[in-house]
Amino acid sequence: MHPVTKTVLQRLGLGLATLFVVSIIIFSAIEMLPGDFGQAILGQAATEETVAAFRRELGLDQPPYLRYLQWVGGAIQGDLGTSFSGRNASGIDRSRAVVDLIAPRLWNTLFLAGMTAVIAVPISLALGITTALYRNSFYDRSVNTATLTTISFPEFFVAYILILLLASLYPVFPSLANVDDSTPVGERIFRTALPALTLTLVIVAHMMRMTRAAIINLLASPYIQMARLSGASQTEVIVKHALPNAWAPIATVIAFNLAYLVVGVVVVEVVFVYPGVGQLMVDAVTSRDIPVVQGCALIFAMTYILLNLIADIIGIITNPRLLHPK
Amino acid sequence: MSIKSEKGEVLLDIKGLEVEGFSDEKWHDIVKGVDVTLRRGEIMGLIGESGAGKSTLGLAAMGYTQPGCRIKVGEVNFDGVNLVKLSDAKMRSYWGNRMTYVAQSAAASFNPAHRLIAQTTAATLRSGNFSKEEAYGDARELYEALNLPNPHNIGERYPHQVSGGQLQRVMTAMAISPRPDLIVFDEPTTALDVTTQVEVLSAMRRIVENFNTAAIYITHDLAVVAQMADFIKVLRYGKEVEEAPTRQMLSDPKEAYTKSLWSVRSLKKKEHQGGDSILSLNGINASYGKAKVLYNVNIEVAKGTTVAVVGESGSGKSTAARVITGLLPQTAGTVEFDGKALPKELCDRSKEEKRRIQMIYQMADTAMNPRQTVSEIIGRPLEFYLGMRGSKKTARTIELLEMIELDEEFMQRLPSELSGGQKQRICIARALAAEPDFIICDEVTSALDQIVQEGILKLLMRLQKELGLTYLFITHDISTVKAISDQVVVMNKGEVVEQGQKTDVFKPPHPEYTELLLSSVPEMDPDWLTNLNVGRSSG
Repeated sequence: MHPVTKTVLQRLGLGLATLFVVSIIIFSAIEMLPGDFGQAILGQAATEETVAAFRRELGLDQPPYLRYLQWVGGAIQGDLGTSFSGRNASGIDRSRAVVDLIAPRLWNTLFLAGMTAVIAVPISLALGITTALYRNSFYDRSVNTATLTTISFPEFFVAYILILLLASLYPVFPSLANVDDSTPVGERIFRTALPALTLTLVIVAHMMRMTRAAIINLLASPYIQMARLSGASQTEVIVKHALPNAWAPIATVIAFNLAYLVVGVVVVEVVFVYPGVGQLMVDAVTSRDIPVVQGCALIFAMTYILLNLIADIIGIITNPRLLHPK
Repeated sequence: MSIKSEKGEVLLDIKGLEVEGFSDEKWHDIVKGVDVTLRRGEIMGLIGESGAGKSTLGLAAMGYTQPGCRIKVGEVNFDGVNLVKLSDAKMRSYWGNRMTYVAQSAAASFNPAHRLIAQTTAATLRSGNFSKEEAYGDARELYEALNLPNPHNIGERYPHQVSGGQLQRVMTAMAISPRPDLIVFDEPTTALDVTTQVEVLSAMRRIVENFNTAAIYITHDLAVVAQMADFIKVLRYGKEVEEAPTRQMLSDPKEAYTKSLWSVRSLKKKEHQGGDSILSLNGINASYGKAKVLYNVNIEVAKGTTVAVVGESGSGKSTAARVITGLLPQTAGTVEFDGKALPKELCDRSKEEKRRIQMIYQMADTAMNPRQTVSEIIGRPLEFYLGMRGSKKTARTIELLEMIELDEEFMQRLPSELSGGQKQRICIARALAAEPDFIICDEVTSALDQIVQEGILKLLMRLQKELGLTYLFITHDISTVKAISDQVVVMNKGEVVEQGQKTDVFKPPHPEYTELLLSSVPEMDPDWLTNLNVGRSSG
């Protein structure tokens, strides 16, 4: 077997192991939340018998390890359980499967993340490479100042400024990003423009500065001087000689930011009333809808692990020492 | 590809060149007014100690300065064009086309991301005069001419897949590929083992002769420059000391400084038989993880003598030192010190056992804590081993400083405020502070200039006489061995090839490896390489 295949499989195995550990942490963390779920959902008025019956019905009377095994066993088969909400004391059950609740929201979140990535990643790379190319120039300093300014503001502030500029003063885009299943793709892109722009401004600085630093770091290498002395132009030096050796750190920082786009954008979702997973999770936490909270947390963990795994693999396959062993 | 015109015509004419570099918030002069005249087909040897400005001058000959440096005044006329006046874009049309560069560390100077042949031909293809097939074909022929193994496929490899000596030859192929008028060789064999160095030197000389290329050959090794250069220029503190044709320079140097460079090799020591054995390694095997490094190593060291362990990189000589000090427990065999077997592991050894064996390292820089002052560095073993404190410790520190020919005022200095030679002296004082019987010197002079080397070696010899010390002197440098040792141990691939009194080891007949090693050491005779190659090809 090629050593790279072996390493990738190893990483994959480690990723799964990490996911398993994370699932235990998620479950135990929620187990440790104070308060009684039955009581919280049924309200103060419920009698003790009703609460007990309710707990039995949800399986909350079983020992934690059994509930954990049921949950994980279901999750492996794609079943994250049934939401607690939609039930009430009168016994009417309108609860839905967690997967059905999360799926459309997750699709929205991935759409927004994807759209932001499509804008932000090329911009960051281009800015990173050009600032490395024209290091310490006026251009370099302005780009650095601008991106550092946007990352320094809180996300909601950037969001409101964009609403003020692009929705209110110059109404180009809608300020509300309310989409649903029936929204056609073109319309969806149009409505998601402002949140995507906001997130772009938030993440560009990090990726761009990392790209710039990774490249500049390599410019002191003897092989860069060698490339210069063989007549390579500045552009060739950076694109052909520095960049191929800089992919590993760049991929890592891109993965980190993409993960953030999936799991950490709840504030932006709230500002633009965008129906993403973040809002769903926050709502579920307030209403103590345990299965939904657990489901969201597990999906977030998977996103993180998967993206970092991809960054790792990019780091491996762009390293000739690993790709072409002796 | 055409052969360049005959010798004679002036190719490079440098006049009053001054280069300065920016550091510590100031501009410092690095090259202070040097003239160079180099004709087509000629090789100029540029020698001097580190900091003499030879690399800076070599690069400036190509119109290039390192980041943070600039040409202050002067002309660099290359084939009638003053490079100093050219724009960057114009300069680039010269680089990699009419002038090329061979760097010291081939391993660091190849881009790890590209295949060798792509890097060999990059500059040639950039000129646009050749098709890819032509350039690749020519590169393969050059690989063959440079005696690279498997010349038709080696170009498909990545830099990390070939050895250092091979990389250095590929870099020579890269330099010659565009058929330049001038090649600057910047210490191209310094990082190589002697046996590899000979091959690379021969290959470089052959190729430069074949294509009648002019070259500047920068080195600190006189014997090497003697093989390569038509004439030699000696630099010191950025200024020319003298310049003369190679033979004349070697036989009759004019300036005192040049003579001092030459005299280093005359260091001699009277050979000692030595008394009882102080240290013996008996059947030592050692390995790093699964990789076996030492195979049944037996070494005897007599009290009060210097035993030199010679060998090339990977021969296991430093590993032997690690076994003696307990840093790497052996897998078989015993280490006996003063008649008693030492525990394998460092942590099982008593303080007294540790005190009696001390070590001095190659890189004095990294062997000292950069945030400790000299008095702390030397004071620590005084306190730890001998329990000295307060004024007693201070008095002893001063005494130790005097022993290594430094004075009291160094007490409060940090390592960064010392020169390379002074740093190594402090390391020696630190070893002496423990009042050891036995000191392992691991390549202690390899990183130093020749004149500084001589000072350190003399100091070590004097201390041996005064304190009755025993040295295990690990080195790859045969001239150091000749200068200071009583006994010699030759190691190759983890085994002891030969050991005995110095005169016996250096007297023929030799085992095959010793013969190869000794004959590969460059001598100050300009015909040495030619004769060696004639001898080897006929033998």
